[in-house]
Amino acid sequence: MSGTPANIFEQEAANRRNTVVVMGVFVLFVAFLGFGFDVFFLGYVPGGRGLFGFPVATLAALALGGFSAYNGLQNGARAVLSSSGAVPAPAGDPRYAQLHNVVEEMAIAAGIPPPAVYVIPDPDPNAFATGKDPGHACIAVTEGLLESLNREELQAVVAHEMGHVRNYDIRLMTVIAALIGAVMLLSQFGSRSMRFGSGGRRGSDRSGGGGGGVVLLVFWLIALVLAPFISKLLAMAVSRQREYLADASGAELTRNPAALASALQKIDAAVEPTRSIKQGTAHLCIANPLGSNLDQKEGFFADLFSTHPPIAKRIMLLKAMAYQHA
Amino acid sequence: MGPLLILLIIVVVVLAWAVMRYNGLVTLRNQVANGWKQIDVQLKRRHDLIPNLVNTVKGSMEFEQETLQKVIAARNAAVSATGVADAAAKEGALSGALGRLFALAESYPTLKSNENVKQLQEELASTENKIGFARQFYNDIATKFNIAQQVFPGNIIAGMFSFKPAELFEIKDAGDREVPQVDLSLKK
Repeated sequence: MSGTPANIFEQEAANRRNTVVVMGVFVLFVAFLGFGFDVFFLGYVPGGRGLFGFPVATLAALALGGFSAYNGLQNGARAVLSSSGAVPAPAGDPRYAQLHNVVEEMAIAAGIPPPAVYVIPDPDPNAFATGKDPGHACIAVTEGLLESLNREELQAVVAHEMGHVRNYDIRLMTVIAALIGAVMLLSQFGSRSMRFGSGGRRGSDRSGGGGGGVVLLVFWLIALVLAPFISKLLAMAVSRQREYLADASGAELTRNPAALASALQKIDAAVEPTRSIKQGTAHLCIANPLGSNLDQKEGFFADLFSTHPPIAKRIMLLKAMAYQHA
Repeated sequence: MGPLLILLIIVVVVLAWAVMRYNGLVTLRNQVANGWKQIDVQLKRRHDLIPNLVNTVKGSMEFEQETLQKVIAARNAAVSATGVADAAAKEGALSGALGRLFALAESYPTLKSNENVKQLQEELASTENKIGFARQFYNDIATKFNIAQQVFPGNIIAGMFSFKPAELFEIKDAGDREVPQVDLSLKK
């Protein structure tokens, strides 16, 4: 993860592996939240005894996660587009002819149907992609991006977004956003039940293994309180991985990593935050729209708390792909 | 439970593998065919755009009749091309002729500022890119198809069902690889 992979294809493979791991952790986390509720409130014992005889809360938590993910897939794209004020770019308008052309070019290079093209009236350069699959994808760019980039750089940014579309990142990130919502709901519900919850039903003799049970309870309570925070960290980890992957895919599509490097430099130089883009959409954008300082830094904490990898590092990797010295 | 059962399991596994390999090859073959169609669509689009462009610039570029003629001739040759290699060679020649036309057009201020010409140039430039990217996609998928046929043990399946390697879209004519001559001596 921290080394400098040799080429585009190795980077893609490494990123895919990391994403699978993080998604697995997410599912386990949701299941763990539900399971703790089962054990401590419903008196569930893995042997089959307890209030209902099977882990109701675990199943309910997973079902809630599954439903949120499904709902997100159906309605997420529309919500994201309208919240950022994106409007469809008219196809006949000569101002957007180049944008439409570039999107079509990259769709051809990626071998997928051309996504719908949206424009966000915001002077700060930024772009994002959303949708549930490559057949129903949207790419949105700000007016500022169209103004500040030349054709090659615009192509590189669109290629990066097309990478998100082709790699199913758009689906992944929509699902993750929905899962965060589900985890927050679970956390709130859990904390509230704890306030009203009678300890009586939680028979310590039944919950098995006295000391171990207490340790597990403490661990679960901490997880419950920190759930929204932890799930956000997980989402950010996925998001950072997908950014590297999309950079690599974009370079694979244009065979011109240097153009994306120079586009990132220009986007980075525009220090203004992208006001139209809300915080919930940050992880979808090519560069953090909040203009967060963390994204400029390297190191453990910066890595942990930002949706995007440091631009300097991304540029360095891209230049390595172009066989240039950073 | 005996040696027979073990033998049966081995046969089933090998058969399942063979079916998967075969289906994989068929999928790739169709993707290659589709990739070629995509190039074709873009080539057709370029062929349609060129008469438009020539008509628009004809008035202002009457001294460049020869260049215009060459573009038209190359376009007509490309329209009648057959097969991957032939199309690649003729489309390459057309790209070269178009490139020279655009280079010449740069020295006509009336053309450079003409909105129609600008739009046509963007369309043609984009079509050129699309051809390039369609070709890139085709070559990638064709290479994948060819590798799948050649590596061991996939080559056994490919040989059994006589899969043929896909032809890559490449520039064969040495003339197309030539760097265009640029005259920088400031004679006027």
